[in-house]
Amino acid sequence: MRKLLSLTVAALTASSAFAGGYRVALQGQKQLAMGHTGVAVVNSAEVMFFNPSGMAFLEDRFNVSIGGNALFARTKFQNETYNWKASTENFGTPFTAYVSYRVNDWLSAGVAVYTPYGSAVEWDEDWQGSHLVNDIDLQAVYIQPTVSVKLSDRFSVGGGPIYVTGSVNFNRNLTRSLTNEEGERSDLTIDASGVTAWGWTAGFMFNPIDDLMLGFNYRSEITMEARDGDATFNDLPAFAEGTYTNTTFSADLPLPAELAVGFSYKVTDKWLVAVDYNRAYWNAYKSLDVSFGNDTPTSVNPRNYKDASTYRVGTQYVPNEKFAFRAGWYFDESPVRDGYFAPETPRNDSMGFTGGLTYQINKKLGVDFSFLYLHFDEVDNSYDHYSEGTQDNVSFGGTYKNVVFSPGVGLTYSF
Amino acid sequence: MKNKIICLSVLAFIFAGCEPEFENELSNSSYNSGDADFSSYVAVGNSLTAGYMDGSMSRVGQSYSFPNLLAQQFAVAGGGEFTQPSYEEDVNNLGGIIGIPGYGTRLIIDASAGGPEPIAGTSTITLTQQATAYNNMGVPGAKSFHLLAAGYGNSAGVPLGLANPYYVRHATSPTATVLGDAMSKNPTFFTNWIGSNDVLAFATSGGVGVNQLGNFDPNTYGFNDITDPTVFAGVYSQITTTLTSGGAKGVVATIPDVTSIPFFTTVPHNPITASLIGGGNVAVGQAAITQLNAELYGPITQALAAFGQPDRIAPLSTSGNNPLLIVDETLTNLSAQIAGALIQAGYPAPQAQFIGSIFGQARQATSNDLILLSTRSVIGTAPAGIPAPFDAFGITYPLQDQHVLTADEADMVAEATVSFNQSIRGIAEVNNLAVADMNAILAKLVTGLRTEDGQLYNADYFSLSNISTVLFSLDGVHPNARGYAVVANEIIKIINDYYNAKLPQINAGNFPGATVLPTN
Repeated sequence: MRKLLSLTVAALTASSAFAGGYRVALQGQKQLAMGHTGVAVVNSAEVMFFNPSGMAFLEDRFNVSIGGNALFARTKFQNETYNWKASTENFGTPFTAYVSYRVNDWLSAGVAVYTPYGSAVEWDEDWQGSHLVNDIDLQAVYIQPTVSVKLSDRFSVGGGPIYVTGSVNFNRNLTRSLTNEEGERSDLTIDASGVTAWGWTAGFMFNPIDDLMLGFNYRSEITMEARDGDATFNDLPAFAEGTYTNTTFSADLPLPAELAVGFSYKVTDKWLVAVDYNRAYWNAYKSLDVSFGNDTPTSVNPRNYKDASTYRVGTQYVPNEKFAFRAGWYFDESPVRDGYFAPETPRNDSMGFTGGLTYQINKKLGVDFSFLYLHFDEVDNSYDHYSEGTQDNVSFGGTYKNVVFSPGVGLTYSF
Repeated sequence: MKNKIICLSVLAFIFAGCEPEFENELSNSSYNSGDADFSSYVAVGNSLTAGYMDGSMSRVGQSYSFPNLLAQQFAVAGGGEFTQPSYEEDVNNLGGIIGIPGYGTRLIIDASAGGPEPIAGTSTITLTQQATAYNNMGVPGAKSFHLLAAGYGNSAGVPLGLANPYYVRHATSPTATVLGDAMSKNPTFFTNWIGSNDVLAFATSGGVGVNQLGNFDPNTYGFNDITDPTVFAGVYSQITTTLTSGGAKGVVATIPDVTSIPFFTTVPHNPITASLIGGGNVAVGQAAITQLNAELYGPITQALAAFGQPDRIAPLSTSGNNPLLIVDETLTNLSAQIAGALIQAGYPAPQAQFIGSIFGQARQATSNDLILLSTRSVIGTAPAGIPAPFDAFGITYPLQDQHVLTADEADMVAEATVSFNQSIRGIAEVNNLAVADMNAILAKLVTGLRTEDGQLYNADYFSLSNISTVLFSLDGVHPNARGYAVVANEIIKIINDYYNAKLPQINAGNFPGATVLPTN
């Protein structure tokens, strides 16, 4: 008993969308603790995500940072007009692994693995919005070979190709009312895994004066093209079994380009502040169109996302060789327009509060802790573009309230 | 270890504090009954109140009765228990009543045959007497005066047509009245949607009954008759006085006009085309039409013209839509004249007289004549014992009185509906009751009724293309579950408005439509 229409991409780890769209901003314990700033921060191998050019400025020859988060995302829904209530609780474990090696004075190379996009939502089955989504699990793992070149002591560039492997599993009810003979709602699952694609990232860092670092990075849009995934219809009434036979599906899901600019400033030897601005080009996500391998009509689901910005500030205080303390804040703008608030990514603007610390076990090995609390105001919004009969503007909405919380832990090893 | 536990506890505590909370969490206190009191809600009425759909009562269908849907919304605002007559014995949800002619199983769509038909199987619904007063006192088939009629639930009266099998199932005694049983529930709130059958029974029968205008004794009425408006007003007033005698508030509903009911609007008056006659082959059909015009329509048109009735029947067009042939009892009977003219034209006397008898009161339908939904399967079929070429109803043999609500009959229906609705509104006003103007609400369906979610519903009959939006059940008269949800929601809006209540609305889009089976 599952429900109707949609799509995805594939991978190894579960992760949950909690920021704008299905972006999951948890790409390093140290930087997350600093409000997920980092385009101009040279702290650890995590810089390979935030700005690969920074790798060349790392002090040690060999750097490893690995980490993971326990991501708790909860959403509640209610609609006062109809007395509707529903909720979804999801848990994910996004992870990161960064390894860098300084080949010579001017060249560094490494590999980064991270999971910047994903979504897992599982509403109460057959809830009031089940014609839009019952559950979705979207995963994407980025694998990024990286090089960085120090052009001078004050300027470096870096970048690399990105290989993405992903999966998607999505289920929704076929319509708002169709059931089989037993009264169970008819639904559709689409499932695709091993979906792969290529992209790239590139950036530079500039150190115009001592203690000030400027950074710029751009990560390209990557379109996950799911082809010949499985489309499975469930709980159909007998008469509809001829219309909806299990088949294959194809769909494209964009993982949008992201631009980051920012600076960091060493106020004292022990105290660093960082400011980042991110722009995510969500405009690429116009519509989720699922076409089928048989005569089942293409499912067109307008999304009409808009580009969205994130504003980040973070700070780090290193009192001694044993400890580093970090804190940060950011404002994350939702790419979802009013009237396009689909419950598969039921998020609105949010404010992130972060903190964390590093405990240096010895000179080489440190353990990083971070936490993130995302605050969402409750929001009244709706998805107004559902097609039913001759109408393509049927609305579903209500009040949504999200809470996201994520503790994380990591290890940093360098020499 | 101890530290670990403390750490985990702290984490658990932090996370527990992260439960999403709404500023105004929905609960029962989010809603209220306003000036109304839903602690004992009683519904009186006919099939529309009982939850009748697809030509029958059934176990599942009844669960979608509008009073049951209302009661579920009342539950958050002080609503009490709401009971309905038991259909537990309808194990397979087939509907019908076993052993009584005319109470067949519920209609379904047989996808292999393409049309509605009673679901295969034998009804398991019996007349076992439950002798219980229920909150839903809707009795399918009841007219206004039946609510006051002692013996309407007496099983002995069923074979005589004096009692109603549905009421027999739950009347508290053979002499109980529907209204009396309803009042035994001590209603604090009621809905009353009675009166449709006082006029619709005439309409759905194609007007075979009598307009009892001026006859003040309902005991002499047949089922297909139109109730006299004075009788209706008197009965309605009495029902209302009784229902409000304990201080109950409520909603009374008006009677929908036939023009918003697909039973009367689905079959066009002019479906005859060359393609239809040729069985899909236009050339064959055109040849057949030419032949019909030469041998039948032409001579009859000529004869009618000779007697001053050139407008009754015109020759058929080979290219356009042609009207159905129907009988109109208001026409002067020209049987003898037609026969005479045909004899003169050389037809053998027996044949001429036969044609005269068929066409004496025949004419072609106009858009003011309403062809009944049940007539769709009759058009083109052979009347019993009638030879070719007169073996095609509507084409070479006129549709009969029971097939068509003619313009004059439709006028009688419209007139009675207006009169009854005036009485309902007037009596409601005197008694300070809210009016659910179902006539106006269903009339909106003709152009489209827009619900809060943006969906636009209309009064169309079922088709596979409107399976997610059709509101009427397969009998063409009664709503389906989705339609009853629309009805219930309109009533909720009226209650919220009139009684200053705040009840949650009902979203019709989540309710099912017709049952479609691959084969029956």
